[in-house]
Amino acid sequence: MSKKIMTVDDSASVRQMVAFTLKEEGFEVVEAKDGQDALSKLNSPVDMIVTDLNMPNMDGIELIKNVRAKSDMKFIPIIMLTTESQAEKKTEGKKAGATGWIVKPFKPEQLMSVVKKVLK
Amino acid sequence: MSASEDRGGQAFREEALELLDDLENSLLELEENPQDEDLINRVFRAMHTIKGSGAMFGFDDISTFTHEVETVFDLVRGGQMSAGSDLINLTFSARDLILAMLEGREEESEVQAEEIISSLRELSGAVSGEAEEEEKAEEAPEGEKRAPRPEDKIYRVRLCPSPEIFLSGTDPVSLLEELFELGQCRVLMYEKVPPLSEFNPDMCYLSWDIILTTDQDADTVRDVFIFFEEDEASVQEISEDESGDDYKKIGEILIERGDISAEEVQTILKAQKPLGKMLVEAGVISERQVQAALEEQKVGRELSQVRKKSEAVSTTSNIRVAADKLDDLVDLAGQLVIIQSRLSQVARQEQGQILGNIAEELERLSDELRDSTLGIRMLPIGTTFGKFRRLVRDLSQDMGKEIELQTEGAETELDKTVIEKLNDPLVHLLRNSIDHGVEQPAERRAAGKPACGTVTLRATQAGGNVLVEIEDDGKGMDPNKLREKAEGMGLVSSGQELGDREALNLIFHPGFSTAGQVSDVSGRGVGMDVVKKNIESLRGQINIESQPGKGTRISVKLPLTLAIIDGLQVRVQDEFYILPLSNVEECVEIRRGEEENRGKEVVRIREELVPFISLRDSFRISGDTPAIEQVVVTNTDAGRVGVVVDTVIGEHQTVIKSLGRMYKDVPGISGATVKGDGTLALILDISHLIKSMHQKAV
Repeated sequence: MSKKIMTVDDSASVRQMVAFTLKEEGFEVVEAKDGQDALSKLNSPVDMIVTDLNMPNMDGIELIKNVRAKSDMKFIPIIMLTTESQAEKKTEGKKAGATGWIVKPFKPEQLMSVVKKVLK
Repeated sequence: MSASEDRGGQAFREEALELLDDLENSLLELEENPQDEDLINRVFRAMHTIKGSGAMFGFDDISTFTHEVETVFDLVRGGQMSAGSDLINLTFSARDLILAMLEGREEESEVQAEEIISSLRELSGAVSGEAEEEEKAEEAPEGEKRAPRPEDKIYRVRLCPSPEIFLSGTDPVSLLEELFELGQCRVLMYEKVPPLSEFNPDMCYLSWDIILTTDQDADTVRDVFIFFEEDEASVQEISEDESGDDYKKIGEILIERGDISAEEVQTILKAQKPLGKMLVEAGVISERQVQAALEEQKVGRELSQVRKKSEAVSTTSNIRVAADKLDDLVDLAGQLVIIQSRLSQVARQEQGQILGNIAEELERLSDELRDSTLGIRMLPIGTTFGKFRRLVRDLSQDMGKEIELQTEGAETELDKTVIEKLNDPLVHLLRNSIDHGVEQPAERRAAGKPACGTVTLRATQAGGNVLVEIEDDGKGMDPNKLREKAEGMGLVSSGQELGDREALNLIFHPGFSTAGQVSDVSGRGVGMDVVKKNIESLRGQINIESQPGKGTRISVKLPLTLAIIDGLQVRVQDEFYILPLSNVEECVEIRRGEEENRGKEVVRIREELVPFISLRDSFRISGDTPAIEQVVVTNTDAGRVGVVVDTVIGEHQTVIKSLGRMYKDVPGISGATVKGDGTLALILDISHLIKSMHQKAV
């Protein structure tokens, strides 16, 4: 059975690019436009989350904390999409329970290598 | 049988043949030093390997048979039996039988195998009460342990994840697995488990020290931990400046790892106990840290040993290549030389500076390529000497003679094909020396010579030739006797003057044999004429020197290689021919149309009369004879003879192509070559050409 990955981003283009790349590789993809949207769609669990940090309604850090609090998803890998300037966000995210990060802008191959690494 | 199995079988055959050669030599040496443990081990190992690989590739008969011999030599190895002459002789026969089995000569083998086995058992019966079932404990494959390689590096990886690691979606096990994929790991794990009341099953209380041996670079190893901070996971490459045998001392490792400071080590060192123990006792570090350091030391030492070994091996590393691949390569190099000379010819005609330069450079390169390609085919002649030692040993034993074979110049190199084709003639010549040359011990003593005769096999290189000599200190040949015999056979008329040298050369006459009766040894229906023919087919020459009572020396002069010769290109009408340059002495002009030369078949060169043949007449080439022709004066065993041609074109490096089967035996032609412009030229065999002309004339 193919693994299910959720991509969370308020920018539709980034979200679609991530979704497209993951689908190409045979993953099942759930899209969410912000943290709140994501949480509402997490009633059925996913195997991994790729999330942006800076989003309206609920940002990435908050989302990570919420996911980690859910008993059925506290150990799943969560990858943050950050920009170079957000060094302190990276630490904050890690503290909240992010598995790793991808620095924007990134190429589909970079995304895939990280996804494959943490999903091993 | 599948193709891969067949290849395996072929590889086994090659390996076994080599082992059998080696075995023969070891046995010969063992005969002289029956106590030598090294030699006994060598014999044992050869048998062991043949048995083992034989079974693997389905040569069960060989394997079963070899097992018997191996068993006996195991007893010898264990000092329970001695390597007496009986055993050596049996082992020689066993070796020959294995060879016969390898070559598929089954019909002889079965009975003989039983005989040898029962004799072996008889020999060893006295001692071998013990069981022989210990073979099954052949080393089992050790899992998939990766052997250290000299290019490997050692990394010190320390993984101390924060207890919350699981909550960040990371599984340390997957990280460790990633490390295992990179190379060989030695892992030490530490646990800091809290009291049960504080225990949280979501937390990770473990940390690891990993000594990773891999050929990957540091960045690849660090990539495993990309999402980790330096204090959670560190990767450190261990520098390889370690000199000498020893990897770093344990104290140095601990300091480098930052576990302790140099001062602490110094203080402890003064106490003079084993350092690791003292450090632990002193409470500076934990027992585990010492363990990790010890582990690292072990890995480091292992690797440095592997590196050293590989240095030793790399200086003498060899590759085995199938002979026909080499032949192809030689062929290709030959074709390249042809194309290159064509290019050079075009470049000369065009007179272009650039083209000329390229052609010149290509010429140099292709010459080098040709030389090194031919060099690959060169083998030391000594590879065959071992076989001859056996031959001399067996023959002299059969005939009750004492003969020692001395070999010199075993390292002299010759083309593989030449060595192979040289085998039969050399065997024959050695047989002659043993049979007819060296006398019986009593006879030798009476003549004031040591009872043990000596046959010397000597190889030396001189320019483009290799000289192989077979010399004995036997009774030699008497030219007068040879003359008498020749007269008796009607080979020479009684009045005919015959120099000593020519008299000796009489033995090359078909059917001429010096011994009163043909003995089993040197007889075998092959005469010296065949030896001479064989040598000549290798474009070699054979010579005899002999002194009655002192001995005989036969010298065989051979070209280094058969593939390429230096030739002299000549033209008759529209036909081109190549004369081997080694046969050519000089070239002079002749006007056959002039009065003084008309009708004669000799030409006067510096007051000496030289007979000549005309190539135009020999090959019946039609057309007008030019007024001025050229005489190429050749010198072969057929004497000094001129060969008349229309024009001499010049030296030509010639890659020899053999003619098809239909033209194999055309007298006077030994092959063909492709010239620079792509047309053909025939290569002349001067000596045969002249002889066939003489025969026609008679």
